[in-house]
Amino acid sequence: MHHLAEAIQQRFPEGFLSAKEWRGDLAVILKREALHDVCLFLRDDSAMAFDYFVHVSSVDWPDEEERFEVVYEVYSIRHRHRIRIKTRVPEHDCVVDTLTDIWRGAEFMEREVFDMMGIRFANHPDLRRILMPDDYTEGYPLRKDFPLQGKGWRDTFEFLKEGSA
Amino acid sequence: MGLIQIGRKHEKDGDLGVMTLSLEKAVNWARKGSLWPMTFGLACCAIEMIAAVSSRYDIDRFGAGVFRGSPRQSDVMIVAGTVCRRMAPVIRKIYDQMPEPKYVISMGSCATSGNIYDSYPVVQGVDRFVPVDIYVPGCPPTPEALMDGILKLQDQIMQKRVFTKQPDQVKPKSTLA
Repeated sequence: MHHLAEAIQQRFPEGFLSAKEWRGDLAVILKREALHDVCLFLRDDSAMAFDYFVHVSSVDWPDEEERFEVVYEVYSIRHRHRIRIKTRVPEHDCVVDTLTDIWRGAEFMEREVFDMMGIRFANHPDLRRILMPDDYTEGYPLRKDFPLQGKGWRDTFEFLKEGSA
Repeated sequence: MGLIQIGRKHEKDGDLGVMTLSLEKAVNWARKGSLWPMTFGLACCAIEMIAAVSSRYDIDRFGAGVFRGSPRQSDVMIVAGTVCRRMAPVIRKIYDQMPEPKYVISMGSCATSGNIYDSYPVVQGVDRFVPVDIYVPGCPPTPEALMDGILKLQDQIMQKRVFTKQPDQVKPKSTLA
């Protein structure tokens, strides 16, 4: 196992689920209760020193019990190593702790995940929609059960009548 | 409509040039020769639009190269790219702010019909909320295609009535606010 994953497993034996390495990319799967503490450790430990928060994304696995997966990618400019952190949430309780207090750059990206997938981030300072308008009520467009053509919002503009131009 | 002949009658004998044309033609000629576009690149079509303005293609030869940053100084709006639902009110507002006479070129498949983006945020054609004069097909259209669209628009402008009402203006207009 990768030495970063081993260090996380030693430090957080309960929160650590598994680690995968594929073509040099390390992915660590965590319990969501441990996510915030592990990330604090990743930032503050001098051997880790992850100081650059790259991206947050989310995956919808509609057939699985824990339906949504939140994926974080962080990078250490000092040590030049990167890690991918994954955690799962079920649909009836899709809340993850925010990482905005650890890496400020997480704020807008978590808002995007909330906007597109409907995953809430606890203690987020400003959890609003970011791409869709604030009054958008059709749900979360990137969920697999959302119809591709939407639910009619794109046609709610004041359009010209046929042949009036 | 009257004869249009612009330029010197005899180039070589030193006579004064003679121009006879109707005032309507003169106004249209002036309008078609200074089609200032509104900068409105929304997606990759904008790159081709930029190429059409740049030195290789240079639509400034047709008087259409002075891209304005303000709708109040522009005559033609080239909608170049995918139009999202959130962009639609902006396009409509900019169109409303342009002074008459104003023209719209819908550049590319996305602006014309939504193209492959039959998805929740994409408006299926810019002609649903602004009247479009010229559709330029392509994904994205080449600069030649955009130039052809501008030339076609110039042909259309030469056909317009200036001092009498347009045939389509005689009909009762829709009550769009």
